[in-house]
Amino acid sequence: MKKTIITVVGKDAVGIIAKVCTYLANNRINILDISQTIVQGYFNMMMIADMNDSSKPFGDVADELEQIGEEIGVVIKCQREDIFNSMHRV
Amino acid sequence: MINIFEVNETNEMIEKENLDVRTITMGISLLDCITDDLEKLRTNIFNKITSKAENLVSVGKEIEHEYGIPIVNKRISVTPIALVGASACKSPGDFATIAHTLDEAAKKVGVNFIGGYSALVSKGMTKGEEDLIRSIPMALSGTSLVCSSVNLGSTKTGINMDAVRLMGRIIKETAEATKDSDSLGCAKLVVFCNAPDDNPFMAGAFHGVTEADTIINVGVSGPGVVNTALKKVRGESFEVLCETIKKTAFKVTRVGQLVAGEASRRLNVPFGIVDLSLAPTPAIGDSVADILCEIGLEHVGAPGTTAALALLNDQVKKGGVMASSYVGGLSGAFIPVSEDQGMINAVEAGSLTLEKLEAMTCVCSVGLDMIAIPGDTKESTISGIIADEMAIGMVNQKTTAVRVIPVIGKTVGERVEFGGLLGYAPIMPVNQYSCEAFVDRKGRIPAPIHSFKN
Repeated sequence: MKKTIITVVGKDAVGIIAKVCTYLANNRINILDISQTIVQGYFNMMMIADMNDSSKPFGDVADELEQIGEEIGVVIKCQREDIFNSMHRV
Repeated sequence: MINIFEVNETNEMIEKENLDVRTITMGISLLDCITDDLEKLRTNIFNKITSKAENLVSVGKEIEHEYGIPIVNKRISVTPIALVGASACKSPGDFATIAHTLDEAAKKVGVNFIGGYSALVSKGMTKGEEDLIRSIPMALSGTSLVCSSVNLGSTKTGINMDAVRLMGRIIKETAEATKDSDSLGCAKLVVFCNAPDDNPFMAGAFHGVTEADTIINVGVSGPGVVNTALKKVRGESFEVLCETIKKTAFKVTRVGQLVAGEASRRLNVPFGIVDLSLAPTPAIGDSVADILCEIGLEHVGAPGTTAALALLNDQVKKGGVMASSYVGGLSGAFIPVSEDQGMINAVEAGSLTLEKLEAMTCVCSVGLDMIAIPGDTKESTISGIIADEMAIGMVNQKTTAVRVIPVIGKTVGERVEFGGLLGYAPIMPVNQYSCEAFVDRKGRIPAPIHSFKN
């Protein structure tokens, strides 16, 4: 399974999670885990998603999520899980 | 499973601490391009580079996008041109035409630099190698992406002082030939002792003859990440200091290993090595000098600098070695002057001199790097500086290098702007006493006693 890490950072507002989740559901991307915290007053969310059945290629999903982020005033990043595993797991 | 704190740590390194992969360098052997017909040779070279590296830049961008890690440079290194062109080139002018071919090929595939306009003359020079060396000023002033390097000595062979003397002149001629752009040509020219075959960093990258046909080498970087980690342990013991550097170097290098593996897989080119480097840029917070200050120096150059750098260099290697399956290249902390804001500050404050830099090169990864000196510095003095640096490399069995820029028309107190990653530099004073009689001696310095290990 190719896991993807989606991070959302920005000012808290109503409907951020809803917006991101709707997009993922529409594109057949399954959410495996969600965690959320407030860091220095900023909304900070991380999702682990499974993109195996995604209807779009990785690059498009990353670009479109970034676009959605811009619309609602947060930064959304979409990265392959490997970079975090490489760095934090021996 | 990965947690939010780990994700945030990685992304902060990338966004706030300038963590990046400094370069993906594709090494390409040109040995199979060799022919005695110059036109045919140039066509062969152009075709091989543009076909092998066709997707290098796009794959690099793809990896950047998917992992969210910047890959600052995509580069190519080729077999030393002195070997490739020896049969077809009859004069320095013939060699310079190959430099143009390299430049055109590099532009076609969209890479940032192409290295390998090189000669390996640590013991002696063939006519072809001498012609290539003599063509360097012409080659570097007539191209924009070509980098040149010359290996002048090694622990096994000693130092070729005839070539050292010649390079003093060639560096001056290159400075003259590019004086309209503040002698920028010299920033693309480096001389080595013990040059590695698999170095991904410019200006010294070339694809050694010991290498496979095509290979992917990766250079990582992250001085800002190390510096941020050290701020959190300010005042702690050496043990804590060293452990922190090691752990950080491990994390940084793991990213390099991942990117190298991915690039290798996607390009279908074998993975060569990861170069475990702390490579600074002029950007604020991306400085090796700042790490040395965080370790406890007011300015780089203060007493204690060499010890602090030795410690840093060693811990970077110790942390990085386990993070990568194959380590090579230069591996260690780079201490260029113009490319590191903290180094520039130290020079401007009067703390850092050429002599102290020379001492630092005994324990850093390479050598005297990106140092601007007065334009009227004598050829023999430049050769003397080179000879000193080569001797340090030869005796200590390490790679050393010299990349000095005699800026024509400028002198101590002035400053030179190179722009981009090359930064700016104050012109540093050079010892005015002559070494002409020493440099004028013919022949070579024999290999040191400890090189005889057989």
